[in-house]
Amino acid sequence: MSKPLGFEKPLGMRDILPDLLEKQRWLEKRVKACMKQWGYQEISTPTLEYYDTVGEASATLDNRLFKLLDSEGKTVVLRPDMTAPIARVASSLLKEEPLPLRLMYSANVFRAQRNEAGRNAEFTQLGIEYIGSASVDADAEAIALAVSVLKAAGVKVFKIAVGHIGFLEGLLEEIVQRLEDRERLKEFLYHRDYVGFRHYVQGLHLSRENAARLYELLKLRGGKELIDRAESITVNGQARKAVTNLRQLWEALEAYQVEKYVLLDLNLLRNLDYYTGILFEGYAANQGFAICTGGRYDGLMARFGRPCPATGFAVQMDSLLEAVDYQPEQPSKFLILYSAEQRMEALERARKLREENSAVVIAQRKEELAALDFSQYAEVIDLTEEEASWR
Amino acid sequence: MAVKTEEKLVIAMPKGRIFEEAAELLRKAGVSLPPEFDDSRKLIVPVPEANLEFILAKPTDVPTYVEYGVADIGVVGKDVLLEEGRDVYELLDLKISRCRLAVAGLPDWKPSGGTPRVATKYPRVASKYFREQGQQVEVIKLNGSIELAPLIGLAERIVDIVSTGRTLKENGLVELEEIMPITTRLIANRVSYRMKSEAVDYIYEKFASIVEES
Repeated sequence: MSKPLGFEKPLGMRDILPDLLEKQRWLEKRVKACMKQWGYQEISTPTLEYYDTVGEASATLDNRLFKLLDSEGKTVVLRPDMTAPIARVASSLLKEEPLPLRLMYSANVFRAQRNEAGRNAEFTQLGIEYIGSASVDADAEAIALAVSVLKAAGVKVFKIAVGHIGFLEGLLEEIVQRLEDRERLKEFLYHRDYVGFRHYVQGLHLSRENAARLYELLKLRGGKELIDRAESITVNGQARKAVTNLRQLWEALEAYQVEKYVLLDLNLLRNLDYYTGILFEGYAANQGFAICTGGRYDGLMARFGRPCPATGFAVQMDSLLEAVDYQPEQPSKFLILYSAEQRMEALERARKLREENSAVVIAQRKEELAALDFSQYAEVIDLTEEEASWR
Repeated sequence: MAVKTEEKLVIAMPKGRIFEEAAELLRKAGVSLPPEFDDSRKLIVPVPEANLEFILAKPTDVPTYVEYGVADIGVVGKDVLLEEGRDVYELLDLKISRCRLAVAGLPDWKPSGGTPRVATKYPRVASKYFREQGQQVEVIKLNGSIELAPLIGLAERIVDIVSTGRTLKENGLVELEEIMPITTRLIANRVSYRMKSEAVDYIYEKFASIVEES
């Protein structure tokens, strides 16, 4: 292997230059303010975690984890998401805190990537975890807050697709005998391979009616009316329970007045074996990738010794950056130009302006004049009173 | 009846045979495409009367355009989908451009002493297939004229698309094993599938009605 050139960075890593970072911070501020208004408290956790704890519990696939060894030879990972670390904290340092816990974060997470544009190995997620409530109100709060966050960030056109893992599993269990076949069918859905799903169903020698019910599953996308359709194709206890759950969820979403952003999608499946109930994905117009993802994960907390239900979501900062137009506010920066003997005066003027919360750049005229970009400044104060060549 | 979708849909299609057959399917389904459409050398062909825009691409790039969302839907062979492994919806089997992925070699082919070599345009598919067969092989990626490899001693066997088997025959090769049948698929971007669900469903139904008839 050749030595990297001076400007190269490890695969998937990037620099964020001032203009873009300003937009990112601006978005971050709005999103965090929104989450705080819903009573969520910010938390920060370490970048490195043990593989055996957070690494294993995380929904991220093993081959996408960055693994390294610490000085004792233990395997550590760069955190691949914030949900598992927060579950760890909620089960340890916060274990005496009464439930539910409402926590939020803005953090960089790490996932090994293929070398391609738009696939960063380190990226910012903003999210919430609502730990300790199994109620449908908690699911509705997560979805309604996601809507609120996207609006606060300035995303104009978006939709949230909501699925239910219980419906999917119940329906499959009712129709397909063998566990192995059910797993295969779930894999096809996970890979969004409807053609493969249909082919596999054909090979199962089901009754015509049962096969038709499975094909119907692929079409279960829509609004409130979908709930009745879903109910009509199953008698399975778990699936029926999920339908009731969705009906209650829809009512709650109507109460929040966010149902117009929501569409039900009952074959939605993400992260096999992680989500346990209602799950969702948000999409913005003209964006190729999901802008936020979330759902109920009632199995995770038990892995850290505090079994309890939980839900949450994360927004991808990179998608937000692409989906939102940002007009930088008018610059309120001052520029003070001075000559060597005017330094005291320049510093005094700058100090006063800074006390008034203005940003001030001071520049010795003869040194910096050629390199200055005057369009960045709201006002230029030229103490030297030389010929104003910059005007 | 005016046949068009409400929202504009961008469709990525490979140039060549798949394109012709897919365009024919759309015409049969009543989607109005201009007659000069098929001979166009343009890379982007808008069809405003159907509210569609076609992007003509290299087959292997179709899933990439769709995954990134610069095309909402795409028409592409299952062989390419398997090899590229992109995160897209595979909505419908269009049952056109039927062929198969197969292993081929010289008729007197025998495993040599070391690790046998396989030449292919589909390294991912080939590696997976031989691993599942419990065979250790070395895979060599080629970009075309795969049939050359056994003839000039680069590899003992090849993995490639076979439709009539004529090319194999003319080069003195035989089909040894079929890996799987291949047809053309309709794919969709994850977000377009939701954000433009009406338009995507519309095209899906158009294709589905014709495919099921045949």
